[in-house]
Parts: sequence; structure tokens; C-alpha cells
Amino acid sequence: MIYLKIFWAFFVPGILGYGGGPASIPLIENEVVDEYGWMTVNEFSEVLAIGNALPGPVATKMAGYIGYTQAGVLGAAVGVFATVAPSLILMLGLLSLLMKYKESPRVKRLTIVVRPVIAVLLGVMTYDFFLSSYEDVGAFQTILIGGISYLLMEKLKVHPAYVISGALIYGALVLA
Amino acid sequence: MRQKEIFLAFLRVGLLGYGGGPSSIPLVHKEVVQKYKWMNSDEFSDILALGNALPGPVATKMAGYIGYRVGGVLGMFNALIASVVPTIILLIILLTSLQAYKDEPWVQGMAEAVVPVVAVMLALLTWGFVKKSGKSVLGWQWSVGLILGSFLLLEVFHLHPAILIFVLLAGALLKKNFNEGEKTKEQRDL
Repeated sequence: MIYLKIFWAFFVPGILGYGGGPASIPLIENEVVDEYGWMTVNEFSEVLAIGNALPGPVATKMAGYIGYTQAGVLGAAVGVFATVAPSLILMLGLLSLLMKYKESPRVKRLTIVVRPVIAVLLGVMTYDFFLSSYEDVGAFQTILIGGISYLLMEKLKVHPAYVISGALIYGALVLA
Repeated sequence: MRQKEIFLAFLRVGLLGYGGGPSSIPLVHKEVVQKYKWMNSDEFSDILALGNALPGPVATKMAGYIGYRVGGVLGMFNALIASVVPTIILLIILLTSLQAYKDEPWVQGMAEAVVPVVAVMLALLTWGFVKKSGKSVLGWQWSVGLILGSFLLLEVFHLHPAILIFVLLAGALLKKNFNEGEKTKEQRDL
């Protein structure tokens, strides 16, 4: 039952990704690449790259696209629904309760305790991406492209959308 | 009329917010508080605090909730669709057309060149989470301990991240409160 699998693959990241959409990316990777094998690390990074070059929330874009590739338009709808609905329903349903406790240290602590785990998941994913790049284009190109992207994004504050577009052009011309 | 306003407000947020949900929050504020005056700044920060206390993407939680408050259930769906559907369609069109030329060497070159860029973006995101964790009420010692512990459990013992996160959440809810000094530090951090 593919729709059920899609629902589950995006429900888990949606309900555990504390810290907004970016926090749920490694959780999505864990389901989509490791658990269900719908795509390779490389394919996932492509989707993530193009997704980052486009505006709008990242997690729902990933859910929509991956759902679509697995089961068409309905698959996309299921993926987005599983990402968005659970926490939205919680928010609408628990509103009065949450309003009362939103300043409570216990509630604030939820985001704080999950942060180190998300950091590990993101770190492991970073390593996977560098490794996969090293296997495909070698150490020289990986360090060159990675180093230049780092300088542009972090030091010169160039918008990621331009850096990704630049990398795409470089890849089409040089790595082809 | 109001539904049209909701749609336009969240369409603009969805199309102009680069870098994922959290970075689009100021845009939501601009539409909802400044332009349409559906609520004041205090109510908005209340809703933001609420959204942050729950898991999942922030932008869609805000869109859904504000849409619901302003225009009922229809408003909720309206706001959600306006903020997510246009860019999903764009992504599907871009990626499926790339897939069609998958075997062309220039498309493969594009796909390969983008991997190190994403890796750098993820590395920066990782460092952001580590830094935020160290500067939070947890402190560096606990943060590094939790990071090493999580790494061991996830990568060496292959524990599913969902289980680890669930246990930590339960622990955070059940544990007695931190002392006052730490509480103010936490508020400064947020």
C-alpha cells in the first residue's frame, strides 16, 4: 500500500522535526533513502538542491515532489498532508492548553533537547553527501566546488539560489 | 473577498520566502500584521511561540492557523494551498524535465556539481544547530555529550531517530524544572 508508506515516511519527520522544516530534512532522508529506498543519496541531494533554489517551505516541497514520483498527484497530496496536518491539527486542537503553557520551561525545553539529535543527523547527512561527491567527481572537484560555495554563501553572503544556479552551469559545462 | 486576500497574502509569502519556512516568518508578519491588519504584533508573536512549541514545518503551521482564524476552515485550506502548491509544481516541472535528459552528460554534470554545494549548506546548517545547542540552557558540556551519545546510538547501534527523539521529548516533559538562573538564559536565547 504505497499511500500508507508515503504517509508514514512524511508523518514521522513532520511530528518529530522540532525546529521547523530544515530540522526534518535528515529525518525525511532517513525514511526516503534508508528505510524505503525510493531514491539514492545523490538523487535526494539533487531534489534538496533544486528545492533550495526555489522559494517556499522546504519540507513540503520535498514531500510533494517525492510523493509525486512514487504515486503521482495523489501521492504528492498524501506527502504534503502527512507533513502539514498532524502538527497543524495539534496546534488548532491544543490551542487553549498551549496558550497557557507556551512560556513554560518544559515546553520550551522540547526544542532544546531535540537540537543535538538533529545536529547529529544533519552532520551524518553532510558526510554522506561529501562522500558521494568524492566518489563521483573526485576530491579535487569536491573541494573546489565546496570551497567556492562556502566562500560565496558564508563570507560574501551570496544568495544560495545563485550559488546553486552557478554550480548547475559549471557542472553542465565542465563536468560533462 | 477575504478569501482572495488570504490567498494573495500567503502566495506572496510562499513565492518570496527563500531558505525554507523559518526565513519566511518576517514575510508572514508583514502581510498579516502590517498589510491586512488581521491581528496585532503581540497576537502574532503568541502564535509564533505556539508554532515553535510544536514539531513540523513552521511556515505551514502559521499559514494554516492564521488562515483558520481569518477565514474558517476554507481559509485554512486556502492559506495552505497558496503557500505550498505553487513551488511544489515548479519543483516537479523542473526535476521531471531534468529526468527526461538524465543520460545526457551535461545533465549528469549538473547533478554532480550540485552535491558539494548542498553538502556545504548542510554543514553550515549542522554547525548552526550545534552552536545554538551549546549556547542554549543545555550548555556546551551537555550538548557535546548528547551529540556524542546520539551519534553512538544512531550510527553504531542503528537506533531509529524517531525512538531517540521520542525518549528525549518524554524526558524533557517529565523532568523537574531548571533553576531560575538557567530560565532567564533560556529566554534570552529564544
